[in-house]
Amino acid sequence: MFRWFNAPATETQVTHGQRLWLYVFAVITMVLLVTPTLIVVPMSFSDSQYLEFPPETWSTRWYDHYFGSPEWMQATRTSFKAAFLTMLVATPIGVLAAYGLHCSKVRFIRAAFVLMITPMMVPVVLVAIGAFYAYVQLKILYTMTGLVLAHTVLALPLVVIVTGSALKSYDMSQEEAARSLGAPRWKAFLTVTLPQIRFAVVTSALLAFLTSFDEVVVAMFVSGGDNPTLTRNMFNALRDQIDPTIASISTIMILVTTGMMVLAQLFGQQKEPSKPKD
Amino acid sequence: MTDRTSEALPISVRNITKTYGRVHALDDVSLEVRSGEFLTLLGPSGSGKTTLLMVLAGFTRPDCGSLKFGDREVIRTPPHLRDVGMTFQSYALFPHMTVAGNVGYPLRLRKVPKAEIVRRVEAALETVQLGGFGDRRIDQLSGGQRQRVAVARAIVFEPRILLMDEPLSALDKKLRDQMQIELRHLHEKLGMTTVYVTHDQREALTMSDRIAVVNHGRIMQLATPRDLYERPANRFVADFIGESTFLPVSRSGKDVLYDGQRLLCEVPQIETDNLLLMVRPERVVLSREGPRDGVNNFAATATEVVYQGDSFLLHADLPGGGQMVLRGAMRGANVTALPAVGESLTLCLAPEDTVLIDGSER
Amino acid sequence: MLAARINETGLRRDERLERLKLFGLGSPAMLLILVILVIPVGWLFYVSFIGADGTFSLENYERMLKRKSYARIFQTTFEISFLTTGLCILIGYPLAYFISGLPTRIANLCLITVLLPFWTSLLVRTYAWLVLLQKRGLVNDWGISLGLWDEPIKMVHNMTGTLIGMVHIMLPFLILPVYGAMRAIDRDLMKAAANLGASPKRAFWTVFFPLTLPGLFAGSLMVFILCLGFFVTPAVLGGGKVIMVSMQIVSNIELFVNWGAASALGVVLLVSTMVILWIASRFLNLEKMTGGGH
Repeated sequence: MFRWFNAPATETQVTHGQRLWLYVFAVITMVLLVTPTLIVVPMSFSDSQYLEFPPETWSTRWYDHYFGSPEWMQATRTSFKAAFLTMLVATPIGVLAAYGLHCSKVRFIRAAFVLMITPMMVPVVLVAIGAFYAYVQLKILYTMTGLVLAHTVLALPLVVIVTGSALKSYDMSQEEAARSLGAPRWKAFLTVTLPQIRFAVVTSALLAFLTSFDEVVVAMFVSGGDNPTLTRNMFNALRDQIDPTIASISTIMILVTTGMMVLAQLFGQQKEPSKPKD
Repeated sequence: MTDRTSEALPISVRNITKTYGRVHALDDVSLEVRSGEFLTLLGPSGSGKTTLLMVLAGFTRPDCGSLKFGDREVIRTPPHLRDVGMTFQSYALFPHMTVAGNVGYPLRLRKVPKAEIVRRVEAALETVQLGGFGDRRIDQLSGGQRQRVAVARAIVFEPRILLMDEPLSALDKKLRDQMQIELRHLHEKLGMTTVYVTHDQREALTMSDRIAVVNHGRIMQLATPRDLYERPANRFVADFIGESTFLPVSRSGKDVLYDGQRLLCEVPQIETDNLLLMVRPERVVLSREGPRDGVNNFAATATEVVYQGDSFLLHADLPGGGQMVLRGAMRGANVTALPAVGESLTLCLAPEDTVLIDGSER
Repeated sequence: MLAARINETGLRRDERLERLKLFGLGSPAMLLILVILVIPVGWLFYVSFIGADGTFSLENYERMLKRKSYARIFQTTFEISFLTTGLCILIGYPLAYFISGLPTRIANLCLITVLLPFWTSLLVRTYAWLVLLQKRGLVNDWGISLGLWDEPIKMVHNMTGTLIGMVHIMLPFLILPVYGAMRAIDRDLMKAAANLGASPKRAFWTVFFPLTLPGLFAGSLMVFILCLGFFVTPAVLGGGKVIMVSMQIVSNIELFVNWGAASALGVVLLVSTMVILWIASRFLNLEKMTGGGH
């Protein structure tokens, strides 16, 4: 044990012993980062109103309450539907935009790119109230259409950036080869380019899904009436008091988002384009 | 595959210009490629050779000009309708398809029936000596094999014109030399008009029927390899192809003089003030017995002697201020006694090896 | 000698058409963003200059300068943003440094502890802190049983709770760019510094740290800007006592339906964000950040 203390840990020959404070600090920080997220899971099985940890009595009453409540179920359905639709709309639009930006030789490309990432730069509150007013005029307030459109706008920058970065490291001469062999540009894209950036496309689709699913502020203003989302209801419930049902909903949300994240990471591991063995 | 020399198409390039801002990538280029010919575009990087090839393929749209394949004007035809075979420097093989998938791709696009696709793909692979490789994945192939798949894919749909963009530049020397010969044989067998781009002059000399030397977006000279080597049109071509040293010469009436000495050579047809004598190192002869009759003699002092295994290089200063380089084979008398530095020698140049060129670069 | 310019007009037309087609691929996206975002926000700008009587007026902006409550809101917002950013740097930088020194496989595992909260819903994380920090929550229970304090400390519905929550949310935004910058540093540089005579401390501050500055700057910038406009966490953990600009905007609409006031605040928020971004873009290549990232 003491030998390890004195072993060098960095290029500058600082020993482990001297860096112990760093190790302790880092471990504590990592624990603190993960714990709040994970701790909700066991706490949601606590029987008590105050969500103990570790739970004194285990029960699923908060889950029963959640699944048994028509309002919560309806909100959940709405959230899933909106997220799914957002994914379906944002992904193709975003991928096309990324491709157009990548191949385009127009001089306004810089400006177009800035426009694409504007939703990321503008504070969400403004997007929310702006959309709210616009929807009142267009009479699509509180509709699924309005919600999906707004969420699509929020998700687009992510799709464009992720797909765009995949296109940057893609060898465009393959598309040129396909075109020289007789494929018009769109066919070359579909049969040659798209299969090779599919990992990025899948990742951006999942990102679009999550962006919509987790979104709170815009949903606050734009969903409601018949179509409140899960997050909207959760937020309203939180403002008043700590409803323990939210713990069970949170656990389910953690499962959904973690599942998506794992999927994204799995698909995100694209094989390195292999070099020829000579 | 059938012998289709009669079906190969000639290419007519007329007044093609392409500018990027102020830069002329192609400057009013005109060129005729004969039917079935193997023509190489040779030049340094940035010379415009690849740009010209891309114009032929349809990926670069020139500012103006005409391009004809046979009788058909194709300058405004999109790439996928030009029906030319093309290989890319990076091979551009599709990693998500097998070898057969890659080679069959153009046939699938042309709605060829499945059974025939299989037959033709295998035939194409046989032609490039990769018979039976159809099921392999691209990442399982070596560099040389990938190159052949790229060629197979480009010829499987029997195009009448083949374009090749530095296909051998990524291979090591031995493989490159082998592939040069194979590609040449392929051309002789299939007979399609081929336009080949390279910066390697030796490659160009080996493979081509004719070579177009390109620089600064213009064609410096279009000639057979032999003519290019023996009678370069200007200094750039002379410099780019083979090694040589240059000596300034002057004219006096019908005579050509170097350092006051009259040279035995062909009467120059070139109209220029800047006339140079191009000296190929392998054409210079070392004379130990002093000046010889019937040749141009140059008194020289050896400044450097370099042994290079199969040959030796001799650098010598001439009294007029110029330099000459001689490359001599290592055989016979040479082996025992290479000249020493400082030794006075006579260097001889036969009249037929005394080539005059235009010293201006354009 | 003028060369014939054959086919010039036709070719130019083809070029234009192709450019248009490619640019047009991005048009659904750009159209959507214009309609849902740019135009409404533009309209908000306009509205901010309309007074209660419907004519052009600066009263919305004047109100912000005059009323003390607004001053407090701005102060709170900037305070929280600065504090959060500062805390994130203090906590996040050492962690990033630690992970960047680990072999890749282990480092990726450690990164999951950073990425997991990043991916988890904002609301869920905020809720988790609400539960943990409440009077009868975990932190108080453990603090008392360990003898650290006697009475349950009030940690929610105040500044403390808000800060804790914000820092937890924002940490990944700082750690990831900094980590990226650290990973990109050639380790041989530190060896070179040591070889040239620098003590470990010196080597760190004169070689390593400056090289991480771009990543640090990018991360801090992102955190700061996000904090400025943040809504959910302060709204929940602040319990109505800690009011940030975003919350005021929301209540202006929800409660008072005062579009003028709300939009004026929004304009200020947006303009400050843009100004900060613009200043930062002088020092950073923003496109590289968003284009190469993730």
